[in-house]
Amino acid sequence: MLNATYISLIPLLPLAGFVLLGLFGRKYFKNTSGIIGTGLMLVSAVLALYTAYGYFFEYGKADGVYQKLVPLKYTWLEFGKGLSIDMGIVLDPISVMMLVVVTFISLMVHIYSLGYLKGEERFPTYYAYLGLFTFSMLGLVMSSNIFQIYIFWELVGVSSFLLIGYYYDKPSAVAACKKAFIVTRFADVGFLIGILILSFYSGTLDFNTLIAALTSPESSEYKTAVTASFLGISALSWGLILVFVGGAGKSAMFPLHIWLPDAMEGPTPVSALIHAATMVVAGVFLVARLFPVFAISSPGALSVVAYVGAISAFIAAIIACTQTDIKRVLAYSTMSQIGYMMFALGVSGYGGENGLGYTASMFHLFTHAMFKALLFLGAGAVIHFIHSNEMKDMGGLRKYLPITHITFLIACLAIAGVPPFAGFFSKEEILLAAYHHNQAIYWMALITSALTAFYMFRLYFSIFWNKEQQPHGEHHGEGGFAMMMPLVLLAIGAAAAGFIPFGHYVSSDGKTLETAFHLSFSIAPVALGLAGIFLAMWMYKSQTDKPEKIAASLGGLYKAAYHKFYIDELYLFITHKIIFNLIGRPAAWFDKVVVDGLVNLAGNTTTKIAETIKGFQSGKVQQYALYFLVGVIGLAVLFIYVWK
Amino acid sequence: MNLLLLIAIPLVTAVLVLLVRNAVQVRWVSLLGATAQLVLAFVLFFAFRQQRIDGNAADMLFQLQYNWFPSWHISFHLGVDGISVAMILLTAFVVIAGVLVSWNVEKMTKEFYFLLILLSLGAYGFFVSLDLFVLFFFLEIAVIPKYLLIGVWGSGRKEYSANKLALMLMGGSVLVLVGILAMYYNAPGRSADIQTLARSVISPEVQKICFPLLFVGFGVFTALFPFHTWVPDGHSSAPTAGSMFLAGISMKLGGYGCLRVATYLLHDAAKDYSTPIIVLSVIAILYGAFATMMQKDLKYINAYSSISHCGFVLLGIGMMTKTSMTGTVMQMVSHGLMTALFFAVIGMIYERTHTRQVSEMGGLLKTMPFISTMLFIVGLCSLGLPGLSGFAAEMTVFMGSWENPDTFSRVATILSCLSLVVTAVYILRAVTKTAMGPLKPEFAALTDARWNEKLAAIILVAGILAVGTAPFWLNDLVNPATQLIKDALNLQPPID
Repeated sequence: MLNATYISLIPLLPLAGFVLLGLFGRKYFKNTSGIIGTGLMLVSAVLALYTAYGYFFEYGKADGVYQKLVPLKYTWLEFGKGLSIDMGIVLDPISVMMLVVVTFISLMVHIYSLGYLKGEERFPTYYAYLGLFTFSMLGLVMSSNIFQIYIFWELVGVSSFLLIGYYYDKPSAVAACKKAFIVTRFADVGFLIGILILSFYSGTLDFNTLIAALTSPESSEYKTAVTASFLGISALSWGLILVFVGGAGKSAMFPLHIWLPDAMEGPTPVSALIHAATMVVAGVFLVARLFPVFAISSPGALSVVAYVGAISAFIAAIIACTQTDIKRVLAYSTMSQIGYMMFALGVSGYGGENGLGYTASMFHLFTHAMFKALLFLGAGAVIHFIHSNEMKDMGGLRKYLPITHITFLIACLAIAGVPPFAGFFSKEEILLAAYHHNQAIYWMALITSALTAFYMFRLYFSIFWNKEQQPHGEHHGEGGFAMMMPLVLLAIGAAAAGFIPFGHYVSSDGKTLETAFHLSFSIAPVALGLAGIFLAMWMYKSQTDKPEKIAASLGGLYKAAYHKFYIDELYLFITHKIIFNLIGRPAAWFDKVVVDGLVNLAGNTTTKIAETIKGFQSGKVQQYALYFLVGVIGLAVLFIYVWK
Repeated sequence: MNLLLLIAIPLVTAVLVLLVRNAVQVRWVSLLGATAQLVLAFVLFFAFRQQRIDGNAADMLFQLQYNWFPSWHISFHLGVDGISVAMILLTAFVVIAGVLVSWNVEKMTKEFYFLLILLSLGAYGFFVSLDLFVLFFFLEIAVIPKYLLIGVWGSGRKEYSANKLALMLMGGSVLVLVGILAMYYNAPGRSADIQTLARSVISPEVQKICFPLLFVGFGVFTALFPFHTWVPDGHSSAPTAGSMFLAGISMKLGGYGCLRVATYLLHDAAKDYSTPIIVLSVIAILYGAFATMMQKDLKYINAYSSISHCGFVLLGIGMMTKTSMTGTVMQMVSHGLMTALFFAVIGMIYERTHTRQVSEMGGLLKTMPFISTMLFIVGLCSLGLPGLSGFAAEMTVFMGSWENPDTFSRVATILSCLSLVVTAVYILRAVTKTAMGPLKPEFAALTDARWNEKLAAIILVAGILAVGTAPFWLNDLVNPATQLIKDALNLQPPID
């Protein structure tokens, strides 16, 4: 049933697409590359679903617990005894869930792009990159080894870089792809050092062994890792926090989020796949993968996760309320929702009822993938129609884009947490987990959910209602079947995914977790969400001057939020003024003037000495006789008077 | 497998190059010779592997020994271990690529190719020598052609660069020679044979004097800070193939010497000097990276980044664990392939755009998709992307360094990890500015790579991918040899 051959085909098929289209696409598959890529992806998605079915229903639980299976593993690079990078496949509830999410969303994006990018000159390259990304992401979620996850982590980073820079002749896209790579690279160094620390104390790089060694209080590895400390924090916590820094970079958590809004320079389907549904949740996945170590051995590190997540969720929601580029609004919204997933893990405990946060986080990851991908693809349809990203160019589009309108509305309702759409269920679980473990975070999350409803419906009303804009140029209508089918399928997911009894399948300890809903608890968040929606409706349903007035009355706060709290400027200051001018320039100067100067000095001095003394060898016998005489007299003086 | 073939084939090629009549024949003879080298290197690799699989655990395989100066105990002694085989493979890859990219050299073609082949002869001889005098002999053969290659076929301030390079490398050679002589006279039984020296006990006092001489002497070749200044000028003035040979082969002579001669034979002193080596290599890694960030010329960027990357070679030696030294060898292979490709690509771009200034580039992906893709691959390799060779090598060095639990080594490792970010900054700046962005109108009519350039790039990329996607073969090849050095380091110093 769970045969390694076909499971390994799930990532290898997209890789085959990358190699095939990358090498020969421009020559031989100019027009068919989209079909080839999509076909391979379809097979891969079917295999993933089959695997999920096999894992959850056929293989099922042993002793009431979902097992961690390793159907494939081989050594890639061995460092020493027990310490090796292995390439393997791990099947456990979260990796199988991610397999389904990644292949499904990727398939939707593959299909959607057939319509969205039709006629592009670099069509084969685009599909090659999509294949590379999907391969890397699948490799990431199935990793059996912490170094394997790091390898695929870098590979998704580079695919993201290539896809953001897809429109390579656009300077803003080039700047954005560079920024995304460098910011996440910076975070990845933290990840790498974290891996070094964890591997040193656990003596292994294999996830299963590592988690086992660092969570059993009797093991010697655990004892040394907890007792060794630096600046009052245990080595284990340092390792976990540094690993989390890597996760925070990839998942655009504050203050490493600055690359995500700029990453919207990429084609919109790419934003849906990479920067909304899959790659950006890699950080959440990483924490979930190491969750037992966080929860059992280092509550301190886990609370760092919680607070970083909550702050990111909150700040991003505020910024999202002020942005006017629809993709940027969605980017900040993504950051905010990932913040939810992060702090849900942060407030969770390990095992049983305590593990509600873990289940909720994974559940939200699942539902968010559906509705956020839908929002991006819907935004893509709007941009495709109106040829602009700016809200002010839109309005009244519900008449021209009926399918986009309805599906977008469903996604907005889902993200705003309106029952019975998917987001409601996952968000309620998160709030419940926060309520029981950390009141401060609960209140922040509650306000954030009201803000979420507001900015999403601000977007919705500004695009589809408000003042009607005449469509520009010829009227080519809503995208074709290729673009509409993914919207409809995702809308079904966004509407219905909430009814999956997620706790039955995914929980911190692999056992079944029953999640019950309390009507009394749900009243506050739903009421706040509805309030946000009505406020947005009042402000944006028809064209008024209310938004400007309110913005003016908020004064400095609005301005600060509009400028994203000046975090980009702060980074620019640090990189340009401090690193370039205070380190780079002096290093280059020192090399040119001091080190090279000394070499030249040595060379020139030698030349000068040679110049000076070369006159002695004149070839004139009289001169030599003179030197001889002077020498003899000198020696005579020396012997007679000095050394008597 | 007769190791003399490794010396004979370049020798025959060089002679034939001198004998044939015109430039076309010179090119084809050289290419044939380079192909033969590559085939031979593969034969050697598989023969070596087979010997190891068959259980031959000798330190050095395929040994040959002929008397040279019997009264002086100097013999023409050849043999290879995993490190040598890795270096020979690298050399063969770089040589064939270098021959291919030089296809359009019109100025004194015969002499040019003769020098290239001579240089490769020196490199092979160096890597298979088991007698220090023979080793030194081949080291000198590998130095002299470089002076002429830069001085005659170079560009820019070529006389200055050629002088600087020759003087600094000669200076390094002199230190090496003095070190070898000191060892020779102080070793029991007057020998310069590597295996004899490894088995004999050299007194700690002698080691203390010899080690810095040899390490610094060889270190000059591999851009040991602060003896690295020949690297930027030398590489940027050299013709394309010259830069490729310089970075891909010559710098590796130094790393190999530091490992095989200095560290292996003078293991007691090596341990005492590990701290300064680590300090200097971390300085080279970071300082080289920051200095690269400020460079504006593509060749200077690659040359300065070589200083940073070769810092990892020395760091791996300084950390003195088996894994870190394996990392050193992997980094040498990786860096050799990568910089050779980088210089080849820069040469292709320069030939077309007539500029190497990053600020004057833009949008080349549109007119030169192949060359730009190669630029991306080599850039990503340089910044350590998994799947390409740089990653596996650097990670092995990091993992090996991390085995030393003392705070000093920890801090050094973490500091060198930080270079990963700086590398990403300068590489992405150079690569994106060159290949992406709006196409400059004056570049609109440029053409993509020709067959010889494509072939050269593909050969090097194949090497990069072979190390990057399946590093285990290199690891398995090198590990027994570095284990031997580690065993030597583990010996207790003699008492008294």
